[in-house]
This record gives sequence, C-alpha cells and structure tokens, in this order.
Amino acid sequence: MTETLDELARRLEEALPPGAVITDPVRLRTYECDGLTHHRAVPGVVVLPESAEQIAAVVRLCGEYGVPFVARGAGTGLSGGALPRTDGVLVVTSKMRRILAVDLANRRAVVEPGVTNLAITEAVREHGYYYAPDPSSQQVCTIGGNVAENSGGAHCLKYGFTVNHVLALEIVTPDGEIVTLDADDPGYDLLGAFVGSEGTLGITTKVTVRLSRAPQAVTTLLAAFKDIEQGGQAVSAIIGGGVVPAAIEMMDALAIEAAEAAVACAYPRGAGAVLIVELDGPAAEVAHQFAEVERVCLDSGAFELRTAAGPEERAAIWKGRKSAFAAVGRISPAYIVQDGVVPRTALPEVLASIDRLSAEHGIRVANVFHAGDGNLHPLVLFDDAEPGAGERAELVSGRILDLCIEHGGSITGEHGVGVDKSRYMPKMFTDDDLDTMQLVRCAFDSRGLSNPGKIFPTPRLCGEVPGVRKGVHPLVESGRAEQF
Amino acid sequence: MSTPQNTGPRDAPYGTGAHRAAGEALRGTGVTVREADPDDAVAGVMPSWVALPESTEEVAALMRVSASHDLAVVPAGGGTRLHWGAPPDRCDLLVDTCCLNAIPEHASGDLVVRAQAGVTMDALAEALAAEGQELALDVPVPGSTVGGTLATAAAGPRRLRYGTARDLLIGITVVLADGTIARSGGKVVKNVAGYDLGKLFTGSYGTLGIITEAVFRLHPVSPARRWITADLPADPGAVAAALAASQAEPSAVELDWLAPSPRFTVSALVEGAAVEDRAHAVRAVLGGDGGGKAPGWWGAPPGEVLLELRVPPSGVDGALSAVAARGLPARVRGALASAVLQIAPAVDIGGPEFAAFVSGLRGDVAPFGGRLTVLAAPPELARLADRWGPVGALPLMRRVKERFDPGRRMSPGRLAGGI
Repeated sequence: MTETLDELARRLEEALPPGAVITDPVRLRTYECDGLTHHRAVPGVVVLPESAEQIAAVVRLCGEYGVPFVARGAGTGLSGGALPRTDGVLVVTSKMRRILAVDLANRRAVVEPGVTNLAITEAVREHGYYYAPDPSSQQVCTIGGNVAENSGGAHCLKYGFTVNHVLALEIVTPDGEIVTLDADDPGYDLLGAFVGSEGTLGITTKVTVRLSRAPQAVTTLLAAFKDIEQGGQAVSAIIGGGVVPAAIEMMDALAIEAAEAAVACAYPRGAGAVLIVELDGPAAEVAHQFAEVERVCLDSGAFELRTAAGPEERAAIWKGRKSAFAAVGRISPAYIVQDGVVPRTALPEVLASIDRLSAEHGIRVANVFHAGDGNLHPLVLFDDAEPGAGERAELVSGRILDLCIEHGGSITGEHGVGVDKSRYMPKMFTDDDLDTMQLVRCAFDSRGLSNPGKIFPTPRLCGEVPGVRKGVHPLVESGRAEQF
Repeated sequence: MSTPQNTGPRDAPYGTGAHRAAGEALRGTGVTVREADPDDAVAGVMPSWVALPESTEEVAALMRVSASHDLAVVPAGGGTRLHWGAPPDRCDLLVDTCCLNAIPEHASGDLVVRAQAGVTMDALAEALAAEGQELALDVPVPGSTVGGTLATAAAGPRRLRYGTARDLLIGITVVLADGTIARSGGKVVKNVAGYDLGKLFTGSYGTLGIITEAVFRLHPVSPARRWITADLPADPGAVAAALAASQAEPSAVELDWLAPSPRFTVSALVEGAAVEDRAHAVRAVLGGDGGGKAPGWWGAPPGEVLLELRVPPSGVDGALSAVAARGLPARVRGALASAVLQIAPAVDIGGPEFAAFVSGLRGDVAPFGGRLTVLAAPPELARLADRWGPVGALPLMRRVKERFDPGRRMSPGRLAGGI
C-alpha cells in the first residue's frame, strides 16, 4: 500500500465506526472481482459504511487525497463494473440493508442501497405488491447495483427496467455532497441519467422504488419447436399480433441439452428450440391473450405445448431457463456469457450468422435469450485446457457483438459496459457521441474519481469549464440574474 | 403583453456591422434564413433571424456560426408550448424545426420509429396508425412536434400505464451549442450502453442543445377502448387510488374539476383485450357511465395560464382541498391516479394575486410532499412569482448546463435558477 493510501486509511478509520475499514490483504482479496471473474484487482482499501453521511465522508476524503473510489453492492455484476482499483477505495454497501419505509398508499418503498432486489418484493408480497425489475441474480443482487446498471430481467419486455421503477434517489456526488434526484424535479432528468451510469456519477445511498400491483392472473406456456427459426417466427407473430407478454424466452438445442444435464428439466424430446411465454394481467385479458399465443405457436409449427396450471408447474417450466447459464458448466469446461441486443426482426439472421461463426472457429455457442426484446445471451463454450481455445472463444464472442452493431442493436442489453466492453464503445458510438456523454461525467465528477476506467475507453479531461465569456453579462451587471 | 424587443446579439447590437456579419454568416451556411418578424417572438423576446434547417447537419452548420458570432439560439417546434417556461434572456436566432419533418424509419416489426424533431405528433400518429401502431404519448394540442414534446417533457392521461416521454424514448440525436452532433441510445428498447442523453434532454427546454431526431418504442393500437365517467361529490383522489390498485388496470384515470365547486368529474380509460370485463370492474369502483368515446375535456389543457401540481397519490385530496380553500376559481385537470394535475387560474387574475396563489398553494401542498411549478404564464403574471419552487438538484443541473453550453447561448434563462 502506498503512503497516500496508508494515510487515507487512517483518516477513514477516524471517520467511520470501528471495523468499517479493511486493510488486511487477505480480507481485501475477497473483493478482488465481481461476477466477471477474469478481471481482478485487489482494492487498496475497503470501507463498509452504514449511512449516507459516512459515504459522503469517505468520498470527501478520497477527493482530498485524489484517490479513486468504486462502489460495490453484492458484486454480482457481469461487466466488471465493480472491479476495484488497486490504488483506490472500494465502498461496499453491504451494511446498508434497511427497508426504511413501505408506503402502499403511494405504491412506493424507500430502501438503502444494500437491500437485495428480492427483499423488496418479499416485504410487500403479502399486500399484493411487488417490485417489477427481476434480474436473474435477484436473490442476492442489491438495489444500489441495479440502479448503477439499470438492471432489467426476464420481465422487462412488458414492465421496463430499473429506470422506469425508480422515483427518487439520494446520492453522494463525487464532490461528497448528498443530493436528492427526484422524478418530479423540473428540468433535466438527472435521475434518469444517473440510473445506468455504472457508478461513474456518484454513489446511491437511498432509493425510492415504485411498487407494482401483483397481477390478477399469470399463465406460463412452453412451446417446443423443431428449430430456432420456427420459434423466432412465433415470437414475431405474437408481438406483431399486438400481445405484449410479461416475458418471452427462447433456448436453442445446445442450451436445452445443458439444462437437461444439469437440472433434468424434462423439456419435450427432440426440441430444437423451446419458447417460454408468460402472460400476466387481468384474468379476462390473460385468457384472451393465451388463446392467441397458443394459436400462433401451433401455426408456427410448435409440436408440443405445455401450460403451467399453478406455481409448481410454472417453476418447472422456468427451471431449465433459469439454470441455463450455470448448466453449460456441465457440457463445457469453460464459457463466456455474452450480452447483446438486436432488433427482434433481425433475430433469425443473426442466429444463423452465429451458427456460421461457431462452425468456422470450432467453438460451440449455446443460445439463451430474451426473445421478446432481441436480447441475446450467447454462451460461448470452450475448453480452457486446449491451447488457443480461449482466444478463439473471445474472438467469436467479440464477433457476436459486431453482428449486434451491424444490425442496429447494442453491445449490452443489461449487463452494462463496465471494463469488459469499453473497447467496443467506439464501434457503437462516434468520438463526438462519447465526448458528449462525458460532458455529463465532467459535470458530476470533473476529477474523474468515481469508478474511473469504466464505460469509456478514453477518459475525457474535464479541466475548467471551456468556452469564452466576454465581459460581464448585462443581466448580471444589472443585478437581475446570477451567472452560473 | 409587452411589445417584443429586438435586442440584437450581445456584442452586435441590431443594425451594426457585427450584426450584419452574423446574418451573412448564417445565410452562408446555405440554410434558409429569414429576418424575424414580431410573430416569431419567444415569450415576448424577438429574435433577429429565423432559420429553417432540413437536416441535422444543417442544424450543426447553424450552430457553428452561432458559436463564432456569439448568437443566442432558441429552438422551436410547432410553437404550441413556446410560451412555457421563462422567457429567454436573449434570442438572436430562432431555429424552426418545421422542415425537419421526415420519418426516416418505421420498423413496425420491431415496434420502433425514428422521426425527425419537427414531425408533428399528429403526422406521426397518422403514419403509425397505418401499421396499427401508436406512440403511447397523448399530446392533444394539435401541431406540437416530437422535439417540442421532448423538450417540455409533455405527457398526457396514459402516463399511468405507459409512462412519459422519457420512458418511451430509446434514442436521440442532438446538436450542441458548438455544432457537435451527438447520439445516444439506439433503436433497440433494451440497451444500457453509455449514458442516456435522451433523459437529460427530456425537459431541457432547449437549454442544452437542439434535438433533431428521436427514436421511440411503439405499442400496438388497442383493439378497443372504453371510458367510464362519473361525477363525485368529494375525495376523487381516494377513488383514483382504489382504481389504480384494482385489477381493472386502467390506462388512465383523469380529473376535470372547476374549483372550488363540490363536483369532481372523474373518467377512467380501459383498453386492450377483454375491455368490457374491465370496464365493468372500473364501474364497480367508480360508478358512472361508459362508452367508446372520451369526454370532450379528455387530455386537453385546462387553460392558457398553467400550473402543474405533483403530489404523492395519497396527498391528492388534501392538495385539492387546499386549492378549493384558496377560493380562487380555477380549472383543474389531469392525471388523477398518477397525481400530476394542471391548474388553470381564471384568465383575469392579477399579477399579485397570481403570485400569492402560487406561493400560498406551494406552501399548502408541501406537507403532502407536493410541489407546484408554473408551466405557462405571461411575463406580467409570472414576474412576481417563483416559477419553479425549490429544486434540490439545481446545483447539479447548473453544472450540466455549464458543460454543455459554457457560453450560455442555448435558450438562456428558460429553466429553473436562470439556466
């Protein structure tokens, strides 16, 4: 540890409760990576604050010493967004996990950033409410991390992302000020800009979330198809027909094989693709839509349909899908989880191209995706013991992102850019686009201390506010306005 | 209203050589530029020139010239909300987006549309309806444009179900004060790559740059709609809350009320499949009559002078009582279940009376967590009132403004805190 960090650690110990500052190298290693485990960095110092005021104190001290800081929730992120800095402070929110208020009359709850996503739903479920965004890590991931990443989930097709369900945030700015961003503020939607900024604009210390009414009826249907083209055709026909399901998920043959090996989900034999469609809402509407979805699936060539009659059967249908990422471990020693988005109508073409890439490089790719919104999660399989296989897998994985960009999609639908994909940003955006985005960063964090090295491949030096001011503005001179 | 004053550029008073040079440079871009006339005034402030660009690149060319000649620039769409917000401190060039009126892409299979900023919401709706789709933003004032709707963050009744402009916008192209063209988002709904500049520009009133193009997510037009309307003697907010919590899933619950009368007209919209069943469920809570047509007042602004009241839903009835207790005749209308209401005081209200109403009501609703802003009021009324009230994030907004528009030339002064 450098002298600066040594001194900073002492100052942090003065500012925080006993035990809230970790400098022991063994304990620091616990935090060396998030869910993207091939990027690792042992943090210089870890702090475990218990309040916004303590986080503000930490951030101000970091500012005083010019030391970068990174916020971390549960560390489940898949883009290295919470990758620590060896020369910096890691601010872990695990001690801030109180649900501060549940206000059913106003359909909202106020929670600390370390509260898990699922804990919010659990706190209000008995009253018939839930918190809608449901990232697959929802049992452990924190709401603070969800805010940083603008997390989605299987059901965001109908209900939107974190940004559509957060009503207000209390944040600590990179200057160490505690500020509230409110959806009802007039002017710039800073709340909307902050959500999804991956920790680069400050640290969330309190979140007011919208609670949604649990739907009256939920129906889940599994349809088995001969191949992925038929499944894709069904997806287009469902959405094109005016039905917006809560979720539409698809798995290809290899992903099904993996899920069978891992959890024996007993999907229909011989399926080249399975589609899971979940409908929810008023019972009458769901019944109507279900009939429509069933018809479309059969028209598109489905050879078997299963409908969940209750929660157990629903869980059985989802079992294979939910286990898919981990399950590929059963059929491959190593794998890369990719996250890209294409326009829904481009799915068949892009999947065919992925097949070609796979054959060309001798790398198997299992496809699992949120078909309704074109969000692909290809699992690129390789044997890390085989020389060169890792590189080939990386190449295929990168080429899949190129395909997404070529088809007018995105390099990430929900995992974020983090450190993992910053190098792809210039393929999706021009230098002017990226420089303009960084104007926001300069406004919040002119010294670039809040989670530096994430999102942007090249940091913009902010400097003083550029531009020329000639003389005194007449309104200032006359005392009618302040100049900012 | 006072006569529009032509102030001329800051360092180039009207009629001087510098002024003429700026005009020539603007024309030198090849963009259609004309001298402004009094009809072009923005909230009483008259520009020197009006430009009619036809592409994002033409907007950029205008902005580069404006930067080098220190011209203050105000973008304008259909002009339907140009009187919203505070008047600009100065305005040399009005950028009229009327000729940015193309819809370059409607990917109906993907439920996505890309439209230029000057496309009117009516024209957009018409183009989308041809494919059975819609942008689920109700903007009932004819002639308002895509750009203006975003810049003013306007939204209508169905915000309850679909959210507002910021929730439906998935990509944006803007031109900054120095002529930089920047894009964010894209044309897929699910996308977390980079900062979302669209959010920042939604509600920016032209103070950060000029919106030239937007990409929206669309919805299929509902096969059927039913409006259920009833008159209530009291507590409409409680009824709206019950509707919002019911399994009827209304798309909108609206209020129309002439304060301080004890008659609140509430209308709920259900749409989608099984609409009769859902209308029945609404009637069980609300009572009243249903039909396939909206009430005449549905979604229309309640008047010319407009305040916006936002309050947590449980505070609605308290806030409405506070409006009634002020004793001033006012039309109140808006999204009851979302608790975003517009208040239009009588047109003959005087300046001091208006200011007292605004500050008094702002104080009354604060204990309910409510806030009140002045959306639209002529300068002689608004002069004595604080248009915005307290804005916690104002210092951060100022810093954003400083970075995007360091010369303070983009619609200066139109937003809170003189931004």
